Amino acid sequence: MRKFREFIIEKLILICGLASIFFVVLIFLFLTKEGLSVFKSVTPFNFLFGKSWYPISEPAQLGILPLIFGSLLVTLGAAIISIPIGVACAVYIAEIAPLKIKEALKAGIELLAAIPSVVLGFIGMVTLVPWIKSVFHLPTGLTALSGSIILAFMAMPTIVSIAEDALYSVPKSYKEGAFALGATHWQTIYRVLLPAASSGIVAAVMLGIGRVIGETMAVMMITGNAAVIPQSILVPVRTLTATIAAEMGEAVVGSEHYFALFAIGIVLFIMSFIINITADLFLHKRNR
Amino acid sequence: MVKFSVKDLNIWFGQIHALKSVNIEVEANEILSVIGPSNSGKTSFLRMLNRLNDLYPNFKMSGSLEFDNKDIRKIDIESLRKRVGMVFALPLPLPLSIFENVSYGVKMHGIKNRNKISEIVERSLKQAYLWDEVKDRLSVTAFKLSGGQQQRLCIARTLAVEPEVILFDEPCSGLDPISTAKVEEAMLKLKKDYTIVLVTNNVKQAARVGDRTAFFLSGELVELDKTEKIFTAPNDQRTDGYIRGKFG
Amino acid sequence: MHNPQRSQKIAFFLLFLATLLIVIPVGLIVVIIIQKGLPAINWQFLSDIPRQGMRAGGIFPAIIGTLYLVIGAIIFALPIGLLAAIYLSEYAKDNIINRIIRLAIVNLSGVPSVVYGLFGLALFVVFLKFGASILSGSLTLGIMILPIIITTSREALESVPQSFREVSLSLGASKWQTIRHIVLPNAIPGILTGTILGLGRAAGETAPILFTVAAFYLPRLPKSIFDQAMALPYHLYVISTQVPNVDEKVRYGTALVLLFLVLFMNLIAIIIRYNFRKKKKW
Repeated sequence: MRKFREFIIEKLILICGLASIFFVVLIFLFLTKEGLSVFKSVTPFNFLFGKSWYPISEPAQLGILPLIFGSLLVTLGAAIISIPIGVACAVYIAEIAPLKIKEALKAGIELLAAIPSVVLGFIGMVTLVPWIKSVFHLPTGLTALSGSIILAFMAMPTIVSIAEDALYSVPKSYKEGAFALGATHWQTIYRVLLPAASSGIVAAVMLGIGRVIGETMAVMMITGNAAVIPQSILVPVRTLTATIAAEMGEAVVGSEHYFALFAIGIVLFIMSFIINITADLFLHKRNR
Repeated sequence: MVKFSVKDLNIWFGQIHALKSVNIEVEANEILSVIGPSNSGKTSFLRMLNRLNDLYPNFKMSGSLEFDNKDIRKIDIESLRKRVGMVFALPLPLPLSIFENVSYGVKMHGIKNRNKISEIVERSLKQAYLWDEVKDRLSVTAFKLSGGQQQRLCIARTLAVEPEVILFDEPCSGLDPISTAKVEEAMLKLKKDYTIVLVTNNVKQAARVGDRTAFFLSGELVELDKTEKIFTAPNDQRTDGYIRGKFG
Repeated sequence: MHNPQRSQKIAFFLLFLATLLIVIPVGLIVVIIIQKGLPAINWQFLSDIPRQGMRAGGIFPAIIGTLYLVIGAIIFALPIGLLAAIYLSEYAKDNIINRIIRLAIVNLSGVPSVVYGLFGLALFVVFLKFGASILSGSLTLGIMILPIIITTSREALESVPQSFREVSLSLGASKWQTIRHIVLPNAIPGILTGTILGLGRAAGETAPILFTVAAFYLPRLPKSIFDQAMALPYHLYVISTQVPNVDEKVRYGTALVLLFLVLFMNLIAIIIRYNFRKKKKW
């Protein structure tokens, strides 16, 4: 009787173990089930590289290039801001900060990671957006730059904590060796520790960027949502994620528009898939 | 009567050939001491007897290993381990109270009657010479005990499930001489009811308690004989060298 | 020649500055929200339904909606996530399937939240015909927090010393008995930490519930799991972008309640973890 019960439990454990594979496949399946239908009305090439996104005009124009550019621009901006600051902060926490401050800083970073994106979006709207508007004398502060700044703050916790992990797991002997040769602490950090931790730091940066590309609410609230190919970082843009979030509410189930939004979902899914697998490879490289 | 019969046993952990063509018979109600330097395969041998090596994912074996004339792989693993108890190198109390530590195995085997369990706990602690020291604080966490007491608690825990064989894996390696003496005393008393296989780093301990002694080197069984014989006139030079402290 | 001591000083100062660049804004965000949101918080705000097109009244249905969603998500994700973690830590051998499982988890944790929303819409709302409902939203959020629960629980299980398992097995206990009586009890603080972090994440997410459950304006409590519901993060989004002329105080107040809820859960998780590390017996 006990044996039978344990047999059932162990089978259940195995099934749940496989659940994550099941869900990844299921997500991909349902995205493609809905999303691929859009290619009845638009070729994949025109979908990806079409310059006009007018999903509700007649006939609908379903080119997501402006949205891709929007996402890339905002992401690029966020990366430029968050990578140096994030890695620097990781170095500070891992190497320089005294133990107590280190704990406090780590808690602070965790705090930042925990703030819901809609709250960050809201704060960005009421503080950053008016500020950008007046500093750059713009007609609106809802710009790619505002999005980049807020998104940088969403990427930083990921970058800091993973990069800090990577620095921390560099064998102590490396450091001692450098010290023994008379290197200063800073020389040791940038000549020994940073190179030794580099694949972990690359993974940290990639995961941070992955977080930014997938971010939705904050970006939708502060980038202005104009679906045109941006000419500068000081104009409104619309990202892939924001397009889905903003338009799905109005799209009729089964319409071209609805399918197109799912097709954008496929694009995002594939992007995050590539980023995460690559980042994971880098993380494992470090372990070897 | 033969308890364990080991014939041409080879085991591997991945690429490492840990035991090479070992042949041993363990008699009932004897204390068999197993000595040898570290990495000689003596602990791997011990862990064969209750199939604890099966926990390693890259473990492989060949040859035959019989317990009471039955292939060890054909015996239900849980009842095998119930019949072949083990005391580990370091005192390893479970993170439970003293009472719960001793009663753990019993409960896992389905005994629910509280009086019966209390009885078993008391008997086992007495057998391990620990009862008088802990009888007033059975509900205290086992980590509060001293190292020697913890190791005797582990013996009591093993005795509680009423095994036929007890495997000791360097049971005194972390203990002071007085605690060691107590553990050895317990072992000698247990001999009349149990078969004991004692792996030890301490050659003198093997001489003190073992009826027979086996010497392992690099995964091979070099020599197995009466303890007096091994310690006075060993057949193999390597045994002689080890006992005199030339290596290991 | 440059002086290595001086360049170290400059470098360390810059690193410190970078750290401040993260920490100060975080502090400011929290302070601003508390300062401007606190005046809005009173019993009526917390217990009343929204009135006058969400410009007055309270946010009670949104709070309750979020609680329902979070509880629903955890009811779904905790058992599956915990069993999956047990599989990975206790049963999995180092083979291809398990590497695929690990990659799948990495992937699930990286899928953009809005894609979860799409998935929930396609599977639960449309295909399974649950409609926009608490059930659909909870399941979507549940799948989203699954990787958090699996990863943290697995770490907690793996941190239980192998020797405990060996002792238990050597006494003749079965593998499941060992897991049930030795491994799990000692991993509970870690599992709890992961669960609470998952709860916090589920409470704060907006995109996955946009099309699966969230009601723009539903000034009553949901009646069943097939009912739509308001939710705090979506409500904050709505009153900050979709409804004109909402008093700033109401927005900040809503943001404060949401932030408090999420940070409170994180704080509990941190405290559990901290206490556990201090008390760890092995």
